[in-house]
Amino acid sequence: MRLSVSIQSEDFDVSHELAQLRANDARVGAVCSFVGTVRERNEGTAVSSMELEHYPGMTEKSITAMMEEAAKRFDIYGARVIHRIGLLQPQDQIVLVAVTSAHRGMSFQACEFLMDYLKTQAPFWKKEVTTEGARWVDARVSDDKALARWGITVKNV
Amino acid sequence: MKVTVRYFASIREAIGHGSEVIETDVTTVGALRDLLLARGTPFQEALSTDRAVRMALNQSVCDGAAHLQDNCEVAFFPPVTGG
Repeated sequence: MRLSVSIQSEDFDVSHELAQLRANDARVGAVCSFVGTVRERNEGTAVSSMELEHYPGMTEKSITAMMEEAAKRFDIYGARVIHRIGLLQPQDQIVLVAVTSAHRGMSFQACEFLMDYLKTQAPFWKKEVTTEGARWVDARVSDDKALARWGITVKNV
Repeated sequence: MKVTVRYFASIREAIGHGSEVIETDVTTVGALRDLLLARGTPFQEALSTDRAVRMALNQSVCDGAAHLQDNCEVAFFPPVTGG
């Protein structure tokens, strides 16, 4: 099982990451990926930049645990998570979640599961700089609900 | 026992520093939070039980009943907003 996580300030190349994830693994018939990017507006206000803070150590530990959980629940061959930290601009890539499997169903599901988990369990915090000043982004109740679909009840908000 | 306490994001900003080492006799994460709340401003507001404050012990999410050990690490932070 190929499971790896990187927390980094540098950008990432999705094509390169997907190629690495399925390299020399002829069992793979499906590669599913999700990329999250910085929007130019959030809740009606223009966002000029975003600063991402995290909890070094716990971040890697929590994401590794969620990938291991995904590997138990879904028939997948590998998963890769990259999350950027530091200062980001609108349109920048923030996060990559990629999963490989034999058929599409498992990798689609595992990819969504990992994103739902990451949203409410990985210790990252976003601070936006807007025309009205800097503000911490509020967590969404809808993200807790998204994870509840998988039978995991958490209370982030 | 010796406990390293870490604060993140809006809680770190409100308190004014990201970590401190506390020598204490309390035995749970909840009791440690009470100890910090008793310091008054800004801890009283930043760690208020009226707010959604998440806690971790040795880098795993926990609740107030979690038991402290010597040289453990406790973190207080707001709801997470990554992804």
